[in-house]
Amino acid sequence: MGLEKLLGDNIITTSVNSVAKWARKNALWPMPFGTACCAIEMMATLSGRFDMARFGAEVIRFSPRQADLMIVSGRISIKMMPVLLKIYEQMPEPKWVISMGACASSGGVFDTYTLVQGVDQFLPVHCYIPGCPPRPESLLDALMKIQEIIDEEDSDEEAGEKRENPGIETEEETEESVSAEQGAAEPSGS
Amino acid sequence: MGTSLTPEQITERLSKQFGDELSVHLPPGESAAQVAIVSRESLEDTLSFLQSEAGLEFDFLVDVTAVDYLHFDEPSIQERFAAVYQLYSTIHNHRFTLKTPVPEDDAWVPSAVELWGSALWAERETHDMYGIRFKGNPDMRRLLMPEDFPGFPLRKDYPLRGRGERDAFPQYLDSGPISGGAGKEGGGE
Repeated sequence: MGLEKLLGDNIITTSVNSVAKWARKNALWPMPFGTACCAIEMMATLSGRFDMARFGAEVIRFSPRQADLMIVSGRISIKMMPVLLKIYEQMPEPKWVISMGACASSGGVFDTYTLVQGVDQFLPVHCYIPGCPPRPESLLDALMKIQEIIDEEDSDEEAGEKRENPGIETEEETEESVSAEQGAAEPSGS
Repeated sequence: MGTSLTPEQITERLSKQFGDELSVHLPPGESAAQVAIVSRESLEDTLSFLQSEAGLEFDFLVDVTAVDYLHFDEPSIQERFAAVYQLYSTIHNHRFTLKTPVPEDDAWVPSAVELWGSALWAERETHDMYGIRFKGNPDMRRLLMPEDFPGFPLRKDYPLRGRGERDAFPQYLDSGPISGGAGKEGGGE
């Protein structure tokens, strides 16, 4: 642009977008949803030997309102799934999801009545990690994949549109369906 | 510390007290202990006898559970279910197991909550898994499964993979799953 010449060597010009992306991908704050042995591997990844801090993702937030990366590590039962969704909804945009291990990705060996066969039926998963449980290296790899995804996102607006959640205004939906049922029942009743 | 009794001695005491109402069942296996089988009607009396009788004094109800005898020929239990009571005495250091046959079409047994507080959740779980009601239990909500779950999963005629409950969340699926991400497109099969 020629602006650099004017400003000198100490100032770099760039776009807001790339700065935002650079900041996001190098300071992911994970929300750990650890329900099984994968969570133990996640803890190992966070601690000194593997050290997730090397990739800027060491600030584990147990409040979803402060997190932007959800790590679903472990089995999700049908009783837990609404809880997981509620927590996901509370995370501010933009947000990413890692499905860690066989159970979160597909139900794993637990092909039973009570286990959700893959959280991707209900959540937008950005990265799946195979393994039972996966090694910490796999989680680090997934983290770097997420960083790539953030880097490749075209623009803020588009990313926002892509991740718009049409599906979760549950209360309104149920109210509507209830009133519809009542409406249908009234004529036959009177 | 009192004298601990063998299951055989305990069934003997019970037989003396209740006579014909009680039958004794020896499960297969050399080390298996005797199990007493009482009718649903005399269950409450038997349990309170076991708890309060001097020399027995079962002060701890370890667990309440059930067995589904569907596809299983057990001559001593003529009904589909049996409620199982595992008792322990911390005074005498002895254990005892009691079973009650429960019919399928009228599945209830009297609650043991009045005698042991630990029956409260054990009976809730048994109700959750087998659909046996415990009359007198003040809180018969489901314990482990979601409250609107339709089936009783530990019944032998309940399929291992369920009846589609794990893929159907009405409250979320009505409006469709959350879209976006790199997930499979229409990946719900």
